[in-house]
Amino acid sequence: MHMADALLSPGVAAGMYAASAVAAGHSIRVLKNKDDENKLPVMAVSAALVFAGQMINYTIPGTGSSGHLCGGMMLSALLGPEAGFLSMIAVLTIQCLFFADGGLMALGANIWNMAFYGCFVGYYLIWRPIMRQEKLDLRLRIVLASILGCVITLQLGALSVCIETTLSGITELPFGTFAGLMLPIHLAIGLVEGLITSAVLLFVYSARPELLSGINEEEKKEGRMSVKGVVAVLAVLTVLVGGGLSLKASANPDGLEWALFGNAEEGYAENMGLDEENFGNSSSVSDAAQAVQDTTSFLPDYSFAGSDSELGTTVSGIVGSGIVALAAVGICLAGGFFRKKKTV
Amino acid sequence: MDRIDRAVNDLREMDELASGDSPVHHFSALAKLTVTVVYILTAVSFSPYDASGLLMMVFYPLMIFQITGIPFRTYLYKMRFVLPLVLFVGLFNPLFDRRVMLVLGGLKITGGMISMFTLMIKGMFCLSASFLLAATVRIDDLCAALRKIHMPDMIVTLLLLTYRYVSVLLDEASIMNEAYHLRAPGQKGIHVSAWGSFFGQLLLRSFDRAQELYESMRLRGYRGEFPYARAEKEKGRDFLYAAGWILFFVLCRYVNIPVLLGRLFVR
Repeated sequence: MHMADALLSPGVAAGMYAASAVAAGHSIRVLKNKDDENKLPVMAVSAALVFAGQMINYTIPGTGSSGHLCGGMMLSALLGPEAGFLSMIAVLTIQCLFFADGGLMALGANIWNMAFYGCFVGYYLIWRPIMRQEKLDLRLRIVLASILGCVITLQLGALSVCIETTLSGITELPFGTFAGLMLPIHLAIGLVEGLITSAVLLFVYSARPELLSGINEEEKKEGRMSVKGVVAVLAVLTVLVGGGLSLKASANPDGLEWALFGNAEEGYAENMGLDEENFGNSSSVSDAAQAVQDTTSFLPDYSFAGSDSELGTTVSGIVGSGIVALAAVGICLAGGFFRKKKTV
Repeated sequence: MDRIDRAVNDLREMDELASGDSPVHHFSALAKLTVTVVYILTAVSFSPYDASGLLMMVFYPLMIFQITGIPFRTYLYKMRFVLPLVLFVGLFNPLFDRRVMLVLGGLKITGGMISMFTLMIKGMFCLSASFLLAATVRIDDLCAALRKIHMPDMIVTLLLLTYRYVSVLLDEASIMNEAYHLRAPGQKGIHVSAWGSFFGQLLLRSFDRAQELYESMRLRGYRGEFPYARAEKEKGRDFLYAAGWILFFVLCRYVNIPVLLGRLFVR
């Protein structure tokens, strides 16, 4: 889900940087107030651990493919949302700089899409409320919270990718179709990530329950369900439910549009501040962004079909581009650009 | 090669590249960070249909690749995961934007084709700029530069420490992975029965290690502030380097040099 720089306009990227910066500022303030700022080494090792953990392939039974851990949920369950969020920033920055996963300009958006939802939404709206359901077995709560957390936060992240790309005016792909492609894919990924994350958290709970965040001391008693049993039952359930939902979503890519705009009589569209007429490519924000881009771009000097007066500019552009390309190739050849890697 | 081993190699390779000795390596980290950010912002701000103007931006990565001697293949290899998403989004442009913008011979070039091309080029340019930053600046210097622009100390220290631990934990995960697969030959990944315990073991050991590390840091006087041994100061040549490139980017952004060049030959 890592976004590349080319998918965002500078305005949207700056907005996402600002949003992520506010969340980071809040996290730092909370950690300083709690006097947890000295726990940096633990946060760093946890971040590195999630990084390494995401490289391990877990076989998904019966499919032949493999899945990975969900970093945000894992970190917020272990460290709490604020420390988890800062650790995820470190993971995403290292992935961006050293592994080319996502762009430098898109880092703010990537932090929001993956770390904010995974840590804050995942913890405060899913992990903590489920952990407070004392009637349920604690192991079942961990499994439920992990799976729901991963699925919901990944869906939110994927939806954000679609919204950010559409607001940037980068793709001609309609918002509904883009979301219809992105959401089912991430539903399946979320289910698998949730299952793997729940298996790891259950192991941590059985070995060292004090490491998990948001669990009351008196509730740390042995559960009756076996880990394997819970994982197997939920795997079957989620494959059935997830598979069905994905197929429905794929067959009806405009389902998301309906969900966002089709319930106007119930007040949903108003509540969410959405207006179908002005959403996506034709929204006031993207119009304003387009107006700024129009005033600063060199586009007016370009010629289009049917505009004979500017044909000369087009031809000049093509010839000039050819010269630039030749110069670039010249530089490549002059310095042995395609040199082989040096062996030490 | 396994995914973990590839990641270990990638990190080592970037470390080696960053400790190179080319003229670009000797400019300050802050200057290179500024140039990279301005480059990406400029490249992204080009109109989706201004393919020829955008083409001029190729000279920054080209020059840096040439001066530093960083292998282009390493960059191409790193693009393998990011480019597909850019391509995926761009591929739909020709389907939805069918306005014919120019006709070359008998070939009708639509707006969607041009915008797909610029999107791919932008993706490659931006990625190359980030890659070249990471390949010419050591993580310590980058963190010191981030402190200079008042990035919170907590985030910078966390970034530095995480980077240090990533290679340690990747090594450990690689050893565990290899041991597991030697006992389970022919198996693609970790079996469902070991999903929890495999990574859980590493997690528990790492937490203990982190606690010991934290205690030893406390004993050596660590109180939440991480002292940086050397603070690199910007010199005149750093300002010149940054100003020179930024001027070039602004020139490319507002003057369509390929069109001007073409007019020398076409009336």
